[in-house]
Amino acid sequence: MDEDSSTIARQFFDAVPHAKALGMQVTRIEDGHAEIAMDYDERFVGDPETGVIHGGAVSALMDTCCGAAALSHPDSGGSTATIDLRIDYMRPATPGQRIRAVAECFQVTRSVAFVRGRAMDEDDDRPVATATGTFVAGDA
Amino acid sequence: MTQMQPEPVQVIKQRRDAALKALVEGVPYSRFLGVEFDRRGDELTAIMRFSDSLIGNAALSALHGGATAAFLEVSAIIGLSWSLLWDDIECGALDPDALVRGDLPRLPRTVSFTVDYLRSGLPRDAYARARINRSGRRYASVHVEAWQDNRARPFAQATGHFVMPRGDG
Repeated sequence: MDEDSSTIARQFFDAVPHAKALGMQVTRIEDGHAEIAMDYDERFVGDPETGVIHGGAVSALMDTCCGAAALSHPDSGGSTATIDLRIDYMRPATPGQRIRAVAECFQVTRSVAFVRGRAMDEDDDRPVATATGTFVAGDA
Repeated sequence: MTQMQPEPVQVIKQRRDAALKALVEGVPYSRFLGVEFDRRGDELTAIMRFSDSLIGNAALSALHGGATAAFLEVSAIIGLSWSLLWDDIECGALDPDALVRGDLPRLPRTVSFTVDYLRSGLPRDAYARARINRSGRRYASVHVEAWQDNRARPFAQATGHFVMPRGDG
């Protein structure tokens, strides 16, 4: 990551306390693309019997990553809020592994940014979850 | 013919509250978010106490969309699990002490969850109630609404589909 993007990443987390609370790490925010990872943490477990991370924590990661992708799109207007977000859970994330989300803002109109995302654990070929969302764009 | 005496109210309440507490506290992520549940009969209201760590936009002091989504999902899963457990709690088939010892029932698994953000989440406590629209042998569909100051002005709503735990109903 070059210096510009790491500054953006740092500013992003200073502005988003909840992402910091979940220990998220930005690896990319530029040009409508974002990549954010979240380490395995026992506090985020949803099913104590299996140790699988709660869907809510995956949702929080996806919302953050999709929002970051929308925000970084050149036409987005510099601030954003989620309008709606749908998450499909393909399979439980493997306990102990970090989860990495990637998102792409593939279209921006005057008022809406359209984003899709994907979350993976260490097995890149079988996504844990996918997301589709719309975000506020422009000076709404 | 002799009629059975109804159980004393405190015995019933103690059993229901113990089961609910065990169910909620058994999920580490609910504790992390600071979600509690208020019970009136079988009706649950989820409460997410405001904390600075839930903020998603420091400039506006707005709740993070992810925190709101997670709150709704916790409310939906606990609401659905509670409705599945209710009959067993009532007839005494489910032993709340076993729950407290960590012998938790398997929880429903989320298939999909769609959140609509209706208003910006304020830096205040949030409440949510889940309504189970369908609860079948294999799948369930649950709708959740969350509000802050005014019950009639929800700030977010969600619909989730869940796969039922095996061996239940």
